[in-house]
Amino acid sequence: MSTAAVIDATAPLLDVRNLSISFQGRRGQPSSNIIHDLNFSIKPGERVGLVGESGCGKSVTGLSLMRLLPGTAKIGGQVLLQDIDMAKANSKQIRRMRGKSIAMIFQEPMSALDPVFTIGSQISEALRLHERLPRAEERERVIEALAEVGIPAPSQRIDDYPHQLSGGMRQRVMIAIALINRPQLIIADEPTTALDVTIQAQIMELLTRLSEERGMAMLFITHDLGVVAETCQRMITMYAGQIIEDAPVDEALAQPAHPYTSGLLRSLPHFNHERGNFAYIAGRVPSPFMMPDGCRFAARCPHRIEGCDAPQALRDIAPDRRVRCWRSEDLRLNGAVDTAPAPMPEVIS
Amino acid sequence: MLTRRLLQAIPVLLLATFSVFMLLKLLPGDVAITLAGENATVERIEEIRRLKGLDQPLIVQYGQWVMGAIQGDLSESLLSGEPVSTTLARVFPNTLFIVLYAVTLSVAVGVPLGILAASRAGGLGDKLVMVLTSVGVALPNFWIAMIFVVIFALNRAWFPATGFVSPFEDPLAALWYATLPAVALAASGMAEVGRQLRSSLVETLHSQHFRTLHAKGLPFRSILWKHGLRNVSVNLLTVISLLISRTLAATVVVEVVFAIPGMGNTIVNATLQRDFPVVQGAVLVMVLTVITVNLVTDILYSILDPRIAQQ
Repeated sequence: MSTAAVIDATAPLLDVRNLSISFQGRRGQPSSNIIHDLNFSIKPGERVGLVGESGCGKSVTGLSLMRLLPGTAKIGGQVLLQDIDMAKANSKQIRRMRGKSIAMIFQEPMSALDPVFTIGSQISEALRLHERLPRAEERERVIEALAEVGIPAPSQRIDDYPHQLSGGMRQRVMIAIALINRPQLIIADEPTTALDVTIQAQIMELLTRLSEERGMAMLFITHDLGVVAETCQRMITMYAGQIIEDAPVDEALAQPAHPYTSGLLRSLPHFNHERGNFAYIAGRVPSPFMMPDGCRFAARCPHRIEGCDAPQALRDIAPDRRVRCWRSEDLRLNGAVDTAPAPMPEVIS
Repeated sequence: MLTRRLLQAIPVLLLATFSVFMLLKLLPGDVAITLAGENATVERIEEIRRLKGLDQPLIVQYGQWVMGAIQGDLSESLLSGEPVSTTLARVFPNTLFIVLYAVTLSVAVGVPLGILAASRAGGLGDKLVMVLTSVGVALPNFWIAMIFVVIFALNRAWFPATGFVSPFEDPLAALWYATLPAVALAASGMAEVGRQLRSSLVETLHSQHFRTLHAKGLPFRSILWKHGLRNVSVNLLTVISLLISRTLAATVVVEVVFAIPGMGNTIVNATLQRDFPVVQGAVLVMVLTVITVNLVTDILYSILDPRIAQQ
């Protein structure tokens, strides 16, 4: 039996089937279909990057997995996580899953913590929902958790309020809250966007290390392809509410199969590009009310030909690769890296 | 912080008493004529003016009053000769009792209404509360007071129409007598507390850190009662503190409607008779009360919100 077969035999941890999300419009207005027919899965311990430009539905997808969308959102399809369908579970089942099986870290550490409670009480509150411990032991566990996410002097910091901590420290506290009950899957929704570049690297390093140590799967929502390349094993690209490509990170970076993925990769600023010469994708994402029937990217695609206005299916083009472009076999698309990735040039300040 | 706040209170006190003094002097009418009685000669009136110091320049009269007040002497009523401090000691507790009764009612009814509305924001209960409270805010309390007297005192005789019993003599009877005035005063207060609490709770429940609470797996009741109320406690405190000051001012009219021997009645009568030492003394006590309420509020702020404590 080959190793590939063994991996395939592993049941997915998270299995999203035909997920659709729409928001009810105000009275008399049409509801908007944000996500349509989304299918993907995450294996135990796997780190998956979910990328795409702003408004493509990545954050909404992440929130829907935890059922954190507002009441106006309508969810269809299945979100299977450990025999529970999160899309249909009742509020009691959902609460039991949150924190224990699936947890989430948000974009804004500055506003994601309750300002009037100490960080210690906010972490122990999460712990207490799934595990009752004596007070002293509970405090010990919280201090351990703070130490694990790299907060110095945790036994003193535990009684601090969020405003006494820096942005990076607050994000570490958020991670401690999310991980205190050892969830199998963590969703990180642009966890470093609001932080300094040096802090960003530390936080990503921390998340990757914890994911490796604990065998915890991670769905990393971002538009930073560089971070995906460094931390994830697989990359799912979304465009206008659909998955348009799903591939192992190395392959997606070297030989993207969809013109949009290629465009995203080419938009990355390079050190060797001429100054002021940014590559970009012209045009913008179609509005959810005026979605074309055919390829949603067609209007912006440099490889558009007759026939692209037909509906596009997400096709398997290799055992672990899927793409939503009928021309992918005919196209030779540019990736971000040459087939043999060169080491990053050292930056001399 | 305390010393600075107390020093800040001095100009406020001076400004308030000075403007009231000047307004009283601008009014037509002369207390000396009243005191001299009917058929008094012009010489007699002049004599009384001199005796009471009313012939002095205004600024001197005010200065004398301030000097006395600093030494704790609020002088005497021009008409009855009773020391102003004695009058105030008699009537102020009555007003304070009604104000506290009204504010307690406002909070006791307003807070549950606000929580009910916020936890069902957009629903039927919310809309009902909002309509009720708009009515409560819109109706003037003296009008409510008169309507209450007609319905609950004259038609039904559940409560006395007028009068007052001191809470020190008979607490139960005092509550019974004070109920109609307190409810009349509290009608807008309940509405105010309910509406303010609803809007700040709704805003808080939709803030980013409440999404974190949901993500932890907390049930809605903990989110609402523990985090929600703690987060809006500063707003609630502000509303209550403003409400105390405003209810204190509103008693002036309501006390007249119910014939309550409190600060309001005292101020109104003294003003009508141009008995300025009494008015001055009463205004001083009212301003002091408002300043004290604000000071206590500021101290409570720093207890409720760690971010304020740090500054």
